[in-house]
Amino acid sequence: MTENELKFFIDVVTTYFGQVTAEPASMGIPFVKKAEPVVLGYTGLIGISGPRKGGIYFTAGSRLLAELTKVILGVEDADEETLLDMVGELTNTIAGNVRKSFGGDFLISVPMLIKGKPDDILMRLKPPVFVIPLNWRKEKAYLVVGLE
Amino acid sequence: MKLMIVDDSSIMRRAIGKYLAPLGLDLVATASNGQDAVDLFKTNLPDLVTLDITMPQMDGLTCLSQLLAVKPTAKVIVISALSDPATGLKALKLGAKSFLPKPFTETQLVEEIRRVAGLPS
Repeated sequence: MTENELKFFIDVVTTYFGQVTAEPASMGIPFVKKAEPVVLGYTGLIGISGPRKGGIYFTAGSRLLAELTKVILGVEDADEETLLDMVGELTNTIAGNVRKSFGGDFLISVPMLIKGKPDDILMRLKPPVFVIPLNWRKEKAYLVVGLE
Repeated sequence: MKLMIVDDSSIMRRAIGKYLAPLGLDLVATASNGQDAVDLFKTNLPDLVTLDITMPQMDGLTCLSQLLAVKPTAKVIVISALSDPATGLKALKLGAKSFLPKPFTETQLVEEIRRVAGLPS
């Protein structure tokens, strides 16, 4: 994956938080994932097929997802199912939006939702795997991308 | 005017319903996949449908063709994160009245629904 392609993902995440919440996320410096797992409490994982194969996942904690749900729905105290749904929809939107740059043959799966912290998430991701850190309302999250 | 909301995300279904509530539409059904949408559409025959594309069991574009085969006058607005021009064009060629990319704001959704449904501003 090229530096320019990595920027497609950063731009999409920036646009998402800016448009949905009117509070842009603060994007960190991407790095190549090493052996240490990069997983928070709630994760949405999407497989990519077509000419580019691999996967992406977005992982965040409950506070970030609850805040985001509050902005969208205006409800307090989102339950576990809602938090999982939120991370899935966010991941789906990011993966779908990068098709503007990768093209219509960048085929995305429906999101697989993971609650809790498995030892690591490697399935579908093709190395090198890039980690894009971000902060929104002082809560951290990661977008992780591994494409052939 | 009867409304149906189709999206595999419960947050999106709830958000669309909430944003459109002030328009006074009659929300007759919601569905989380294309197959359920087709079944519920046949029962409720809505006039207006918001339709996601990436869904389990049956995707939105396949669903779109089946809905319009049942009721060609239904107005379908495709709302999807698949924001490449080819996908939007395909939806319109299949008979969708409009394509709204995710993420969207409340204002964008309401304006698009008003335009497609012919509701006054």
